[in-house]
Amino acid sequence: MNSVLKPFQILGESALVSLRKLGRANLFMLHVATGFPGILARPRLLAAQMYSVGVLSVLLILISGLFVGMVLGLQGYYVLTDFGAEESLGVMVAASLVRELGPVVTALLFAGRAGSALTAEIGLMKATEQLSGMEMMAVDPVKRIIAPRFFAGLVSMPLLAAVFSLVGVLGGYFVGVGLLGVDEGAFRSQMQAKIDFDEDIVNGVIKSLVFGAIVTWIAVFEGYDSVPTSEGVSRATTRSVVYAAFAVLGWDFVLTALMFGKD
Amino acid sequence: MTFQPSDTTALVSIRGLSFSRNGRMIFDKIDLDIPRGKITAIMGPSGTGKTTLLKLIGGQLRPDSGSVRVDGTDVHRLGLDDLYALRKRMGMLFQSGALLTDLSVYENVAFPLREHTRLPESMIRSLVLMKLEAVGLRGARDLMPAQLSGGMARRVALARAIVLDPMMIMYDEPFTGQDPISMGVLVQLIHDLNHGLGLTSVVVSHDVHETASIADYVYLISGGKVVGQGTPDEVARSDSPWIRQFMEGLPDGPVHFHYPSKDYASDLLGFAAH
Repeated sequence: MNSVLKPFQILGESALVSLRKLGRANLFMLHVATGFPGILARPRLLAAQMYSVGVLSVLLILISGLFVGMVLGLQGYYVLTDFGAEESLGVMVAASLVRELGPVVTALLFAGRAGSALTAEIGLMKATEQLSGMEMMAVDPVKRIIAPRFFAGLVSMPLLAAVFSLVGVLGGYFVGVGLLGVDEGAFRSQMQAKIDFDEDIVNGVIKSLVFGAIVTWIAVFEGYDSVPTSEGVSRATTRSVVYAAFAVLGWDFVLTALMFGKD
Repeated sequence: MTFQPSDTTALVSIRGLSFSRNGRMIFDKIDLDIPRGKITAIMGPSGTGKTTLLKLIGGQLRPDSGSVRVDGTDVHRLGLDDLYALRKRMGMLFQSGALLTDLSVYENVAFPLREHTRLPESMIRSLVLMKLEAVGLRGARDLMPAQLSGGMARRVALARAIVLDPMMIMYDEPFTGQDPISMGVLVQLIHDLNHGLGLTSVVVSHDVHETASIADYVYLISGGKVVGQGTPDEVARSDSPWIRQFMEGLPDGPVHFHYPSKDYASDLLGFAAH
């Protein structure tokens, strides 16, 4: 009897563990949100974090965006040219970037570059008793350490996604117009005519805001919730990137279905 | 053998405190008083929850039952704001120092002032330099924590702990891993600061001689109970075999050298049975 029930027992137990963690993560987020007024009062804390989370990610985003745009230009050209539609290359490149690749790829890169760093930093601060020490100095570490990092991530992500899309379009333009000889006027005018501000750009920005919140939330929570040992921090860092990637891809599907689904 | 602290106005009084973690009993209904203005040592073997006791006093952990009263208020009945107000009057020195690694020595000591006060920069500077002078590290103000030795990091943390002029300081294993010179410096500092600033100090340690040399009163904790207490002399003269083993550092006694295991010979031969 016991051996029959065992798998269910294990399943139930791990479900409970996951649910408890989800509960902790939500309470934690509420706590972080209470730190928002404090950040407005001390913009320097936010600026310092925006530098390490956002500005230091710019180079990575620039290079990745450029190459993704160039690949889109090549692939798009090969497909479109079969239908004699290579003038539409600009639309294809820009729509792919603004709607999907900009927010999604930026979020994935952001999780690898900034999210993992946040998790490791916070986890190590916990392991070296810096968070505990702060509590004993009557300073709330969630408000002083976590909140600036979270809001820096939230603000940085849409900006980085915008940079990614911009550079991507330039990369696509360089390959399409510069190397493959697509008509420059057609590339531009079709792109300008077909890319809609509300439909494409606003939705892309909403996506990148949501992804920014998800990635940074996972990163700071995994760090804060990590087991304060070297092994614990290393696991938390891995989980931070893996969970963030899953969450971004999953939410991308949900958001795309909501935004672009024709009812 | 129950001594009572001579000073009846205890700053911290712990009554019937029980605490367990992961199903393991750490404290089993212990009573403990920390007298005002004195240095009280809490000693015991590693893993007896001495650090946990400090976290219970500081309100970072909640007991299963019992109470911790600091200066008359029950720490675990306070709301977060009141608890933080109380913590501003309690300094704590962590074993690692717990300095903020991204701030310089100067900024670490200034940190509580910047967070809790709106003092002008000139006043912050004076206060920070005074506290750094007290621990002998005024010249190290521009160093980063990574550039400090373990002993120096603890002294900086000590300067930070006293920068808000607290009523008490809790020291978590202040002597662990120190060379004899920095050990001597820390012993001297704890003693001088306590008497010079009129503090109450709680020193958690298993460095028997250093701690006993400055403590006014000693509690020995083992297996979740207070197993001995008194002035260092009284404890040293105790006839309890466990206390003698602990105070004199004997390898075998009531605490066995061997971790509990089955019979040695049958264990060695046990492989054949598998």
